[in-house]
Amino acid sequence: MTLLRWFGRKTFSHGVHPQAHKEDTADKPIRRLPFAPRMIVPLAQHLGKPSRATVKVGQEVVRGQPIAEADGFMSVPQHAPATGVVEAIRLMPSAQGPRVPAIVIRVYEASNQEVLWRTPRDMNALTPEQIIQAVQDTGLVGLGGAAFPSHVKLKVPSGAVIDTLIVNGCECEPYLTTDHRVMLEQGPDLIRGTQYAMRVVGARQAIIGVEDNKPDAIAAIRRHLPADGSIRVEAVETKYPQGAEKMLITSLLGREVPSGGLPAQIGVVVNNVGTLTALGRLLPRGEGLIERVITVAGPGVKKPGNYLVPIGTPLRFVLNHVGFSGSEQEVILGGPMMGNAVASLDVPITKGSSGVLVLSNSEIQAETRRIHPCIKCGKCVAACPMHLNPTQLGLLAAKREYDVMAERFHLKDCIECGCCSFVCPSSIPLVQYFRIAKSILRERAA
Amino acid sequence: MNKPQQPHIELRTSPHVKAAPTVEQIMRNVVYALLPIAAFAVWQFGISALALILVVTGSCLATEYAFSRSAGRGNTLSDWSAAITGLLLALTLPPGFPLWMGAVAGFIAIALGKTLFGGLGYNVFNPALVGRAFVQAAFPVAITTWTPAGLPGRFVEFIPTTLALPFMTPPAVGEWSKQQVDSFSGATPLAQWKFEGVITSTSDLFTGMVAGSAGETSALLILLCGIYLAARRMMDWRIPSAVLLGAFVTALVFHLLNDQHYPTPLFVLFSGGLMLGALFMASDMVASPVTPWGVWIYGLFIGVLTVIIRYFGGLSEGVMYAILLGNALSPLIEHITQPRIYGARKSGAKS
Ligand code: SF4
Ligand code: SF4
Repeated sequence: MTLLRWFGRKTFSHGVHPQAHKEDTADKPIRRLPFAPRMIVPLAQHLGKPSRATVKVGQEVVRGQPIAEADGFMSVPQHAPATGVVEAIRLMPSAQGPRVPAIVIRVYEASNQEVLWRTPRDMNALTPEQIIQAVQDTGLVGLGGAAFPSHVKLKVPSGAVIDTLIVNGCECEPYLTTDHRVMLEQGPDLIRGTQYAMRVVGARQAIIGVEDNKPDAIAAIRRHLPADGSIRVEAVETKYPQGAEKMLITSLLGREVPSGGLPAQIGVVVNNVGTLTALGRLLPRGEGLIERVITVAGPGVKKPGNYLVPIGTPLRFVLNHVGFSGSEQEVILGGPMMGNAVASLDVPITKGSSGVLVLSNSEIQAETRRIHPCIKCGKCVAACPMHLNPTQLGLLAAKREYDVMAERFHLKDCIECGCCSFVCPSSIPLVQYFRIAKSILRERAA
Repeated sequence: MNKPQQPHIELRTSPHVKAAPTVEQIMRNVVYALLPIAAFAVWQFGISALALILVVTGSCLATEYAFSRSAGRGNTLSDWSAAITGLLLALTLPPGFPLWMGAVAGFIAIALGKTLFGGLGYNVFNPALVGRAFVQAAFPVAITTWTPAGLPGRFVEFIPTTLALPFMTPPAVGEWSKQQVDSFSGATPLAQWKFEGVITSTSDLFTGMVAGSAGETSALLILLCGIYLAARRMMDWRIPSAVLLGAFVTALVFHLLNDQHYPTPLFVLFSGGLMLGALFMASDMVASPVTPWGVWIYGLFIGVLTVIIRYFGGLSEGVMYAILLGNALSPLIEHITQPRIYGARKSGAKS
């Protein structure tokens, strides 16, 4: 790693270079999608505890109104994405597969869908604790895909001293260009959000890390940087998974997050650009998170682009709007490296959905690929950004030796980035094995 | 607005995109890389070499087919790995090796070297070398019977030993060889150096117009084919590099200590099966370590050991045993070279 840094390009070691496929949407300005007739707002759109519904079936709600409250600190509220009436609170399909409880809203067609629910506040008057509370009230979660509650991330563990806020502008998943557009179009909001976050965590400096294939975004942000030099933009190598928190910290600062530890232990807090931009806009206005930018792309989409959509919009509505050829094989929520293939088009866009991709067989190349035994080519070892040994982990997973995987081969450090599966010539579903192994170990521990 | 058609949705797990190459592509490219070497062997040694390559490869394919079928693994010929074993094995045999013995070698390579362990990916040793080691023990005379390269009649006439009947002593080919080329000593350059103290010129070795196993004589051609594979990322360049480096340095040390007795490092690199072994057998993914340090240690070990066996063993050639030993040590090497995982440094200090 030290060596790579001497060569001048900020990066981490290992990783892969999937084809970017960003040309279809990178230059498309963010446009608003119309309101779907029906919105589905799941109560669990974030890591942590699901929220608790505070509305009843038949109740009218206005756009922006809280409809579910946080259930504890590791939880966030939900807000009505549109003015309408609560039609049902019931189990609905989710991207992850199992059906989850959701509030279904029938949208009033005649409404102008203005956001009426807001409590503007003077940000300068707030203490860090009050800002954290305000962030929780917005219902904001990491918009990069992980959907980790933002206020939890901003709460520095006692004893830790944060010197740097890292702003993650590395959209390393192929096809996705939402962060790219946000950086180009919403610079002032991004800087404002960054400054709020710096204040909360007590960081002296902030570094916005952007992959070097987006020089336009870097230039756009530079125009809005404050004069005091506290925030700077730095280019990092374009590679996957540059946008993984640990990788980006290493690329920008040369520090490693200790195994099993948190970035705060090495003085760092990381937030995604989309999240901080939303923070910069929502906090002073006192609004809840009710919409987000998603990339809709892939060979099966007629009008690919970046769209601002109300959270809760069903996939079917999105695809219908952008024109969908219908012959494609796979609909993915998120990016192709870590996203979920959906089983039903009734699945809604949630806070963590960064993209909707429609891929055909030629993209996924799956039909032609047979699963072979591991030929020990070592490509997965050379690709793993966490420097694990996926070969051994894979062999052990096949033998169900989960404890050995955890104890001797550091299974818990796997960030599930999928680099190993991506390069494996035998098409072994390595990361899938590791996810299963981790969940079995979690169950056993519980 | 029209209702969208209900698409045919496939459910797969991430990542939803995959990088090339596949196992089939890798194996097929290794076959491509071996074909020029095989063609050169045929050009040098004529129809005997051609027949040997066909018979050995055919025997490997047939054995693979029969065993994988009976083991319920389906038809595994399509992964091309049995073809590689067959080609490689044929290329390590003397060009006039009796065909029936070649068929036995192919059978042993696949049956004992591969399917017994569970097929592709599970073999501990390089299957071609298992076959080679077996016939070395079973047919010690035939495997050290060499014929000259480039004989005028090679495209119309078999080397007499080629057509030997099973379980019959093959006709002595020494006299035949001497009739063909007056000066032929019946030994490879390595054996000539070791037992007679004659050093073949490096340029002859490099281009390959010498006696030897069918496919090991032209170091230049093997190198080119290997570079093709490595450039296409179908081969780990580090292993051959480490083998050749290990052999070169060891040979250099001995040569500097006593340049009367020990040949130049270049002679060591370009003679015998070292080049073919380093590029196409030591680099066999299945039987080599996967860890970054492991591949270097493994390769260097094979390189050094090859020279030691050549200099101090009872045989003139050492690369086969060196690789087999390397294969055997591979799990251990991998075990002690597990990568340092990200974030394992206690302090998480700046580097
Ligand atoms: S990439 Fe696949 S085939 Fe290669 S070593 Fe890893 S698991 Fe085995
Ligand atoms: S999924 Fe896990 S094991 Fe595979 S490359 Fe990523 S971190 Fe390594």
